[in-house]
This record gives sequence, C-alpha cells and structure tokens, in this order.
Amino acid sequence: MTTTLCESDTRAIRLAMRRADRRRKLRAFLLVAPLVLFLLVIFVIPIGALLERAIDNPEVIQSLPRTLAALKSWDRTSTPPPAAFDALAGDLGKVHNTANAGTLARRLNYEIPGYRSLLFKTMRQLGTADATQSAQDRFLGIDKRWAEPDFWRAIADNGSHYSSYYLLASMDLKRDARGDIVHVPAGSSAFRDIYGRTFLISLVVTLLTLVLGYPLAYWISRLPRRKANLVMICVLIPFWTSILVRIAAWIVLLQREGLVNKALMQLGLVRTPLDLLFNRTGVYIAMTHILLPFMLLPIYSVMQSVPNTYQRAAISLGSHPFAAFWRVYVPQTYPGVGAGTLLVFIMAIGYYITPALLGGAGDQMISYYVAYFTNQTINWGMASALGFILLLGTLLLYSLYRRLSGRELGLG
Amino acid sequence: MKISKKLSSLAIASAFLAAAAAGSAQARDLTVVNFGGANGDAQEVAFIKPLEKESGKKIIVVAYNGEQAKVKAMVDTHDVVWDAVEVETGDLGRGCDEGLYEKLNWDHIGKKSDFIPAAVRECGIGAFVWSTVLAYNGKTLKTAPTSWADFWNVKKFPGKRGMRKGARYNLEFALMADGVAPQDVYKVLGTHEGVERAFKKLTELKPYIQWWEAGAQPPQMLAAGDVVMSTAYNGRISAANKGDHLSLKTVWNQNIYDLDYWVIPAGSPNKALAEKFIQFATSPGPQAAYSQQIAYGPINKAAIKKLDAKTLADLPNSPQNGKNALLSSYDFWADHGEELEQRFTAWSTQ
Repeated sequence: MTTTLCESDTRAIRLAMRRADRRRKLRAFLLVAPLVLFLLVIFVIPIGALLERAIDNPEVIQSLPRTLAALKSWDRTSTPPPAAFDALAGDLGKVHNTANAGTLARRLNYEIPGYRSLLFKTMRQLGTADATQSAQDRFLGIDKRWAEPDFWRAIADNGSHYSSYYLLASMDLKRDARGDIVHVPAGSSAFRDIYGRTFLISLVVTLLTLVLGYPLAYWISRLPRRKANLVMICVLIPFWTSILVRIAAWIVLLQREGLVNKALMQLGLVRTPLDLLFNRTGVYIAMTHILLPFMLLPIYSVMQSVPNTYQRAAISLGSHPFAAFWRVYVPQTYPGVGAGTLLVFIMAIGYYITPALLGGAGDQMISYYVAYFTNQTINWGMASALGFILLLGTLLLYSLYRRLSGRELGLG
Repeated sequence: MKISKKLSSLAIASAFLAAAAAGSAQARDLTVVNFGGANGDAQEVAFIKPLEKESGKKIIVVAYNGEQAKVKAMVDTHDVVWDAVEVETGDLGRGCDEGLYEKLNWDHIGKKSDFIPAAVRECGIGAFVWSTVLAYNGKTLKTAPTSWADFWNVKKFPGKRGMRKGARYNLEFALMADGVAPQDVYKVLGTHEGVERAFKKLTELKPYIQWWEAGAQPPQMLAAGDVVMSTAYNGRISAANKGDHLSLKTVWNQNIYDLDYWVIPAGSPNKALAEKFIQFATSPGPQAAYSQQIAYGPINKAAIKKLDAKTLADLPNSPQNGKNALLSSYDFWADHGEELEQRFTAWSTQ
C-alpha cells in the first residue's frame, strides 16, 4: 500500500517537475525570442538573400526556354542548327517590348560586351523582316554575328537557375569556352588587388590604433579617477561626433594650404607642402583617428581590472621594471588587446566613406565597389558577390584569430 | 464608464489617423526629383515656382545623385513616391529597356518636331543639354589651349590636369587628343585596337592627372591652382565665374555634349500631374528662363531662338559652340560601359 502511494507520488512529482521545467524553458525562450526574431530579420534573412543574389541567374532561363531546349544537343563549336534559330525567333518575339527584354540583354552583355545592342537590333528588325525566309536567314541578314558560336554559347551556358559567374568575376576569374575556370585577361579587372588593399589598409590601421591606443589606455588607467574621467571625455567627444564632420575637419587640416602643412612649413620642417590628402596617408590618418576609441575602450576596461600589485611584486622580487611590465602586466591585458584588434580590424574592412572622401583612385576599398555596383550600374549580382567574398574573408580571419588566440571574442 | 470613454476616444483618434494616412497616400503632392545644386536652384526658378503659381498646387522637390537603385526599389515594390525624375542618358535607355519608366504619351507632352532630335526618346524627353569641356584658369595660363592635344601637351602647358574619375568621356578625349576626329571617335573606340589606343594615350598623361568626382571640384581645383586645366561640366564653370568672380575659360572645341532627361517611374500614381509638369518644363518659356539661370542649353527649338547672344555664348548647343562637338553615344556606353569602367578601375589603381 505504502509502496504504491510512493510510486504514484514520485510519478506525480516527476510530472510536476517536468511541467515546471518546460515552463521555465518556455519562459527563457520567450525572453530571448525578440532577440532571435531581431537576428533573423536583421541578419540571417538579409545575408541569405545576399548569398542568393550572388548566384541567382534567372534571366536566360526565364526568357529563352525554347532556345535552351533547342541548344541541348548542340556541339558548342559550330553554328547551331536551324531549329535553334526558330526557337530564338519565337522566344524573342515574346520577350520584345516587355521588361524582361532589358534584363536579358543586360545579362548577356556581361558575357559578351555588345550583346545588348545586338539583341535589341535583332528584336526590332525581326518583326519587319521578310517572313518567307527561314529564321536562320533572317537572323544572319540582321547581323552576321549570329553565325558565331560565342553568342550562342553565352545563351547555352546560362541555362540553369544558379550560376557561379558573379562569384568568379569578383575574384577576377571566368569560365572559358570549354567551361574551365581561367583568369580574366590581365588589366581588365582588379578585384584581387582591391581585396588585398582592403585587408592591408585594415591591418595597418589596426596596428596604428594599437600602437597609439595601448599607451594611452595604460596612462588613463594609472590616472586618479577625476583626471581619468576628464581624459576619457576628451577621447569620447570626438567619438560621439558625426563621422562626416570629422572627415571634413581632416580635409581642412590636411589640404595643401591647410593647418598641418602651414605649421610644418613655418617650423621649417618641410619646404614644399606635403601631399597629405587624396592618397593613402590621408586615409590612414583619418581611419586611425576614427577607429581609435574602439581599440582604446576594450583595452582600458581590461586594464582597470588588472591590479598593479602583481607588477610591484615582480619588481620587489628583482625584476627589471620593463620586464615586469612586459612579462607580468601586458599578458594580463591580452583579452582587451584581442577584442580591440578584432573590433577595429573588422570595422575597418567595411570602411567606405573615409577612403571615398580622403583617398585617391588607388585607395578605395571593396565597399566602394559594392556601392558602385549597387547604385551606379545596378548590377546587384556583382555587388552581392563582392560582399559575400568579403564576408567569407572576414569569417576566415576570425576563425584564424580564434585558433591563434585560443579564446572566444569577449570584451575582457 | 471612464475607461470606455477613454477607449472610444482612442478608437476615434486612431480611425482619424488611419483615414489621414490613407488620404495622404492617395492625394500625394507631385514629387519632382532632380540633381540639386545650381541646377536644382535654376529649376526652382524656371519650372517649379511658375507652375505652382499657375496650377495652385504644391510641388515637392527632392534632390538625389542619380542612383537608379532607388527607382528600381520603388517600382519593384509598387510603392512609387517619385513622379517626375531627372535621369542621365545611360540610365534612361537601360531603365526604359527594363521597364523602370513609363513609355511617354507624346499627345500629353508636345509635338516631337518642336524639340532637338536627341531630346525625343521612348521613355523620356530631354530636360536640358549639358557638356563636358576643357576648362582653364585665364589668370594662370597666358597662352590659351585650344584642343585636347593641348591638354595632353605637358611641355607647352606644364602642370597637373583634372579629369573625372571614370572611363566615360576620358577615353573619347584621349582619342581626340590622338588625332581622331569627333565623328569617328565611337567607330574607333568600338574596336579592340581603339580601346588600347585610348588607354595608351591616357597612360601618357597619367602622372599629371588629378582625379575629380563631384562636378563642383574642377572650378575649385582651377581656382586654387591645384591644376592648370581640367575637364569640367560647362554649367559649373560659368556658375563659378558668376558666383565667385573667377576668370575661368571654356574651350568649346571638341566638347562632348549630352542630355539629361525627364522620366516617369512606372506605376506612378501621379502620372497625369507628372506629364503636366514635363510638358511645362519643356515648353519654350520655362526652357529659355532655365538657360538664363544656368548655362545648360534648351531642348526646345523655339527657346533657343528666344535667347540673346550673350546667353548663347555660354550654352553647349548654340550654333557657335556646337560646331566641332561630339554627342555622347548612349549605345556605345550601354554595350561597353561595364567592361570599360572595370578596365579603367584596374588601370587607374596600377
């Protein structure tokens, strides 16, 4: 009797506990639900859409389905069979005067410059061409280029919904006539150089902010509280100022007749004004200034929690003061240095407006070209692909950082 | 009782707000979009204010930088809040092909023969004629340059040159400097050898080039003495001469002229109002008034006749200035723009 009671009791208790547990989990989930939703809407979905754009290739398959079918058995090296001309005439007749005509022409023009006007010329003249002729004769009568297999390969190669074209192009690669991946001709594209430059500028800026920020953070952390607050405000006020205002201020300071050059000349340090603007120097100076607080703050917050008794203990045990600083104090600030470095580097990689306003033609970073393809040429596939490669590079560097430092990102 | 009263007033207020929102969505004021700056100011005087006075309806003016991405986003989401938009040639053709703009109904705009031929297009009508010219500072250069060959001649005219960062126009200028006649430029540039020739010529001048991006930069660079010559938009040069009392000079020989166009984004709820605005802005009176405000040429033939000799001397399409000029080729740049701009980027960073 007692045992059965006990059993039913334990079962009831277990059930109640499970229910309470489930309720707790649900409540916890509800608490983070806004964050999950936020991340989903602001981060996951846009990045997913970006990835999709980078490989999306709907134009040809949407507009020329019959031509693609007719080209299935084609040998890719000779003029295609008359059936392909018939199919293309039919497809183009349907596409003409619709919005799809423009997107199709634009897509094919990426493959062969000049394809756009060839396509529009053909569509315009097909309607008025002699209907008793075969489609092939009509096409060749309009333009001899229709006999060249290259123009047909451009159609046949884009018969799938997804394509690696944009991703390859953003690494200066393309597919040749046989479908192998090859380099684009030298001098026609420079995205690799631009990626290299983007990472180089970010690296230099990160190092400069570290060299400037570390001693500054150390100095502030050693100051009495009131003075430290004052210096901190001096650091933070520029940080709170609009980035455009700060860039405009640098233009005023750095130009040929600007304050910096005038001061240097009056001090007799230089004879002719230095070129500080519209080149790499200007970009480094302004980016270092703008990103310095992102290096300073994490290091400072870590330094505040490091007791200086360790350093004193090391010195009292006979260590040289510098060795005590370097071997006892500095390692304790590594988490701050790591966080600051990563923060500055990743922010610098995406910089756009500073190099655009203060740099020359050879100082633009990859975001400049993302904006160019988004706004100017409306080639969103290319913009997405460039962004995607940048994201990939950043993630690779982050994983490298984790492996090297053996720690997660944290603010100390 | 208290609560229900509060609730009902809240309900009424929200219903009122919703009605107001719906009302504003339906009867939105006509929104005209242009490039702002001196051009926007001239349009305000010549087009916007007179039409507001005539029709008694408010017009909202928005300035933008020509990014068609915004128009595309509006048309794609069927939420068009721009009605009459000023666009550049390249965007006009491409946007028209891709269905971004309404096809114009010429019965509502005007007689095609009233306008210069380049102004009449399927989806757009010219807003004005502008030109890229060789400009120099009359105070610093004693001998006047007369052609692009002089622009390239760094022995005779030592010093830096300002050029717009991009392939467009610069390749044409390079070929003209290399001895190609304006009417043959696009024929030569259409061949592989022609492109090589143009880039080779640009490479010659590369150490002397200071790149600019905004139209306001060349007058500043010339005035400050940073460059001795520059390519420049003609309107900016005469505006700088008038506004800042500079003595910048324009070489009209071998200039490249182009038009800006008015378009109506596809699906604009204010299509009729936009047509009315475009008809007004392209009629002789406002066109002549516009050219008196800024040195961009009228596209309405009757407006050209209305202008005096002094105004005409600054306009790109006056008979004198248009003599040895080149009309920027839309078709060429639509076919080869991306390829050549990409190549230019690679070239300029080397």
